[in-house]
Amino acid sequence: MSALGHGALYGAVLIAVMLSTVAVGIWFERKFAGRMQSRLGPTIVGPMGLLQPLADVVKLLQKEDIIPAGADRALFNLAPVLATIFSLGVAAVLPLSPHMIAADLDIGVVYMLAVGGLMVVPTFMAGWASNNKFALLGGMRAVAQSISYGVPLVLAVLVPVILSGSLSLAGIVRWQSEHHWFALWPVIPGLPAFALYFMAMLAEANRIPFDIPEAESELVAGVTTEYTGAKFTLFYLAEYVHTLVGSAIGAALFFGGWDGPFAPGLHWMVAKTLALFVVVYWVRWTLLRLRSDQLMELCWKWLTPIGVALVLIAAAWVQFAPQGAL
Amino acid sequence: MEMTEATLTMQSAKRGRVDPHRSMRAYDADADLMLLHFGPQHPSTHGVFRMDLHLDGEIIVKATPYVGYLHRAVEKLCERLTYVQQTPVVDKNDYVSPMTNEQALTMAFEKLLGVEVPRRARWMRTLFAELQRVASHLLWLGTFALDLGGALGGGSTLFLHCFRERELILDLFEEVTGARFHYNTHLIGGNRHDLPAGFAAKVHSALAIVESRIAEYEVLSLNNGIFQMRSRGVGVLDGELALELGVTGPNLRASGVDHDLRRDAPYGAYDELAVNVVTAQGGDCYARTQVRFGELRESIRLARAAIDGMPEGPICGHKPIRQPGQAKATSGQVYVGIETPRGELGTFVIGGGDTPTCPYRLKIRPPSLHALSALPYILPGATVSDAVAILGSLDPIMGEADR
Repeated sequence: MSALGHGALYGAVLIAVMLSTVAVGIWFERKFAGRMQSRLGPTIVGPMGLLQPLADVVKLLQKEDIIPAGADRALFNLAPVLATIFSLGVAAVLPLSPHMIAADLDIGVVYMLAVGGLMVVPTFMAGWASNNKFALLGGMRAVAQSISYGVPLVLAVLVPVILSGSLSLAGIVRWQSEHHWFALWPVIPGLPAFALYFMAMLAEANRIPFDIPEAESELVAGVTTEYTGAKFTLFYLAEYVHTLVGSAIGAALFFGGWDGPFAPGLHWMVAKTLALFVVVYWVRWTLLRLRSDQLMELCWKWLTPIGVALVLIAAAWVQFAPQGAL
Repeated sequence: MEMTEATLTMQSAKRGRVDPHRSMRAYDADADLMLLHFGPQHPSTHGVFRMDLHLDGEIIVKATPYVGYLHRAVEKLCERLTYVQQTPVVDKNDYVSPMTNEQALTMAFEKLLGVEVPRRARWMRTLFAELQRVASHLLWLGTFALDLGGALGGGSTLFLHCFRERELILDLFEEVTGARFHYNTHLIGGNRHDLPAGFAAKVHSALAIVESRIAEYEVLSLNNGIFQMRSRGVGVLDGELALELGVTGPNLRASGVDHDLRRDAPYGAYDELAVNVVTAQGGDCYARTQVRFGELRESIRLARAAIDGMPEGPICGHKPIRQPGQAKATSGQVYVGIETPRGELGTFVIGGGDTPTCPYRLKIRPPSLHALSALPYILPGATVSDAVAILGSLDPIMGEADR
């Protein structure tokens, strides 16, 4: 099969899988949050409320599509589409199993960071084009936050890259299955780098405690204030896909991806991804939100220096560790 | 003295304070301030409250609060109704604490009409007031967490947990009065409903549950790092300014002013039940949270003492005042202030006029309105995120601020 055909086939499968996982993920999150808050969560639509995400989507798609007066129509309409494209685009390099990678790029890590980093563009487009002050404030916050947190994100991702000597996500996973998971060994740059990655990923995906661009108690709904119907659905979807892909990349970079005993690789990858996804929910439904200046302080005064230190440690480890220690 | 803009500016400059009356023309025209209409349609304005915020980036330069979106002409309505008809009307003023609304109004009428209240009724009112304070502070904690953490995150978890415990208190009230909100249990001269059999045990078990969970809430709020970052040093209200503005209740006590009407001007059973007044230093959102947590515990203690020491006897005077003709005042004016969960709720009544069965004039002094009046002083310099936290920490209830 040609490379293009292979990519198109796997891409179509991947998008379908991602979207259905997101649907189940939404149901699961609502159940999970419900139990945390001593309520039941969805119970009415379908068995155990399983069809609730479907009902949500149908409801959202039926809503009137409003474009505010004075909005920049082109940007306003383009923003949710771009958000969805970029968030799904990152999934192309996800190594689901040794043989299931839509695009096994040699520079998968760079691609992932670049496309993920582009997510700020639709967010700011939405904030700017809405002609709404709350959306504009949200857009401003989003730009500051995403660009700042891009730095610790890159530094955290550099640690497995340096340790494994590969820029390909599949290569990094392969290296881990032959040696150790980076979260387990070498512990010092590995585990803190994962923590750093996780925090930066939460900030990039606008998740609590870093959901400052959305901040519905302050900015009504931030950048999505003026969005309704299908366009809002796309933003909602993009946010979930972004979190899901972020969890999957975390699993691949630090927890050995498809590596695991007894079960096929795909099962391990999915299990690890969902475990991280649950932690995201857990954090989300427990913590309060930081203020944007405190977020910046955390990023530049703590996470970035720690990230630099971890990269240096990783480099020193590769250089000076005795043969076979890795 | 005529308060012109010039004298106000001079006075505030002397104290190193923000001058809320400073004209927009006095600000730098090149600063390019953004005017943000914050509310009345906003998730965090605790009802329908509006602030006009002039922003420099995200920093608030000038804040102008507007009240009145929930004005329902309650005072005028009270002047048209007879004395005995009014308790259900004021229930909705402070819609988080209906019991104390009734209590304040009824006490004013009793003083005006010269009606004695039996001891058991006074103790029951005190029990209800303290239970209501627990319920009200729980609701405040939940909504404050919503302000800090959002309806789609950790804030809502604390919010729903607080509501779960508040429900226990409402169940107790429902058991006594048959209603969860419109209690209408205060009569002029006593109470309408007596405590049902076995009520003491139910109060104790409900309070035991609430008390055991307060520690959990402290972990999620006061002892939580993010909560401390968001509340420490935010919205500092100094005690002197608070006194000048007439801020009362937990907001005043958080600024280090030791003032509580339950101790300083005892009513109900507070002459027999000693109240330990909770204060805190700092005057910031954190101190206000500390005071309310302290008051939760203190109110639980007082409610237990009230139910344990509940005296026997009639709950109402010899002949309950239920008919309009029974309550008449041809003259006289009284002011009664009580300590509600939000501060001093005062009722000023003038009797007489054309119809002796109705008050000639009735004025309610809501603590929330005075707390809101501090906003233009403490908001400038804070960010939009802080504005939400500061507004929430003052615990305003627009129902009573606007009446």
